[in-house]
Amino acid sequence: MHTTALTLIELGAILLFLGILGRLAGRIGLSPIPLYLIGGLFFGQGGFIELQGVLEFSEVASEIGVVLLLLMLGLEYTAKELVTGLRQSWLAGIVDFVLNFTPGALVAVILGWGSVAALVMGGVTYISSSGIAAKVIGDLGRLGNRETPTVLAILVFEDLAMAIYLPVLTAVLAGLSFAGGLGTVGISLLVVTLVLVIALRWGNVVSAVVDSTDREVFLLTLIGAALLVAGLASALQVSAAVGAFLLGIAISGATAENAARILEPLRDLFAAIFFVVFGLNTDPSSIPPVLGVALLLAVVTSATKIATGWWAARRQGIGRMGRARAGSALVARGEFSIVIAGLAVASGAVLPELAALATTYVLLMAVLGPVLARLAEPAMQLVERIPKRRPREATGLAS
Amino acid sequence: MNVIETPLPGIGVRREILTGSGRRVGIVAQRDGDLDLIISKAGDPDACVASIPLTPDEAATIGNLLGSRQLVAQLTEEHRDLPGVTTRQFLIERGSPFDGRPLGDTRMRSRSGASLVAVLRSGQVQASPTPDFTLAAGDLLVVVGTSEGLDAAADILRNG
Repeated sequence: MHTTALTLIELGAILLFLGILGRLAGRIGLSPIPLYLIGGLFFGQGGFIELQGVLEFSEVASEIGVVLLLLMLGLEYTAKELVTGLRQSWLAGIVDFVLNFTPGALVAVILGWGSVAALVMGGVTYISSSGIAAKVIGDLGRLGNRETPTVLAILVFEDLAMAIYLPVLTAVLAGLSFAGGLGTVGISLLVVTLVLVIALRWGNVVSAVVDSTDREVFLLTLIGAALLVAGLASALQVSAAVGAFLLGIAISGATAENAARILEPLRDLFAAIFFVVFGLNTDPSSIPPVLGVALLLAVVTSATKIATGWWAARRQGIGRMGRARAGSALVARGEFSIVIAGLAVASGAVLPELAALATTYVLLMAVLGPVLARLAEPAMQLVERIPKRRPREATGLAS
Repeated sequence: MNVIETPLPGIGVRREILTGSGRRVGIVAQRDGDLDLIISKAGDPDACVASIPLTPDEAATIGNLLGSRQLVAQLTEEHRDLPGVTTRQFLIERGSPFDGRPLGDTRMRSRSGASLVAVLRSGQVQASPTPDFTLAAGDLLVVVGTSEGLDAAADILRNG
């Protein structure tokens, strides 16, 4: 068959399949990320159907997916939110990092995968899925809860931490020398600071340059700028994703809102391809050997995230119930764990088993996170045996 | 009244008050324009018993309902010594004949004898509006008059 025809047929089949999976995920109230990964496993090497024609396209598409994921993440925050968030949550952020980076890194060391893999696995277990967490908080009607700002502040800290972590990771994966790595980190820190300053002072100028009332022009400018910045950042070995993230932060106000609105469907499309490609490149037969480790890691890092949220919420004077809610909201891991693992696997600097472990781990955590968040309250009630209603409040609104 | 404002990074802003009964009542203004009315739980002040999404129309109407009570009570109190004069409120509904038309078009005073003393919109009071004031759906009109006059006024607002 002609290659173009084959590519179209395979791509169409994959997207259709993802559509069905996404619909299924919506039906059962799940994040579609684990289903997309399973979809990739299904189609990829060692899966039921092996695809050849789409690989080239999907590799590029998945790169674009990462750039759009990070660009959208940057668009969600204003520089001011990031700076104030950082000031308020740095201590909780550090506790979060230490508690949740360590289990992943330790597992990699114990398995004898080496220090590069430890850096990768630490990142995978460290970062919560802000996408899943925000959705869970909204779905469970917790936007007005007192612990919610604490949870969001930790997520903001994590996302900013990615701006430092990803360049470090890129440098290490590229096998740069210590001095070279230090240089890269220096450059990226400088760029991060510079962009924050520009966004704080001249965010409106950046926005005005990108903005247009014509949707088509706006979309082209935005994606053009994002890919260009991402490419340049990549050439400087600062990580394409970080470049896109910083561009997103520099765009502010109404322009950012419009940009987020028109980019959302595109982001969803390309990000879905990204997850599938990650699944495609993972051999399903490599999963059973790492299942035990993944389960153990899931249990441990659920506990450490709950501990992090509990501790951070208690510092804000939140009650026990709120602390449990805060902790459980942070458990889900998702898109960024896969972004990290994807970077590592693509570079070839780590063992393929790492991809299997990361996939299995994210599959578990993306499902477990929302479930735990939902169970936090009933579980606490069971533990504490809270009387249903105290007499004084009997006249108040039913609760 | 002290309004507590809490930024919710990536989502929007929460604005709330602490009521005398110890409950938090407020709104979450999401960045995409959605509004949620929030009321804290009695047993767990950190959590919310309700988080109700409101459209801008609904939010404005709730604002009017909450704000008008005081105004109407005050006017009723002032007219207590005038027998036969009462205060009543009328809502301009979506699809009302006067939605989007100036107040003068109703010719309310000449046709019913009742007089419009204030319009509440989005929780704000427009006192003694002039005839060129444009009415809109969701506006709450505070009208003073005799009970027959008020009935006539209701008929005018409903049927044009």
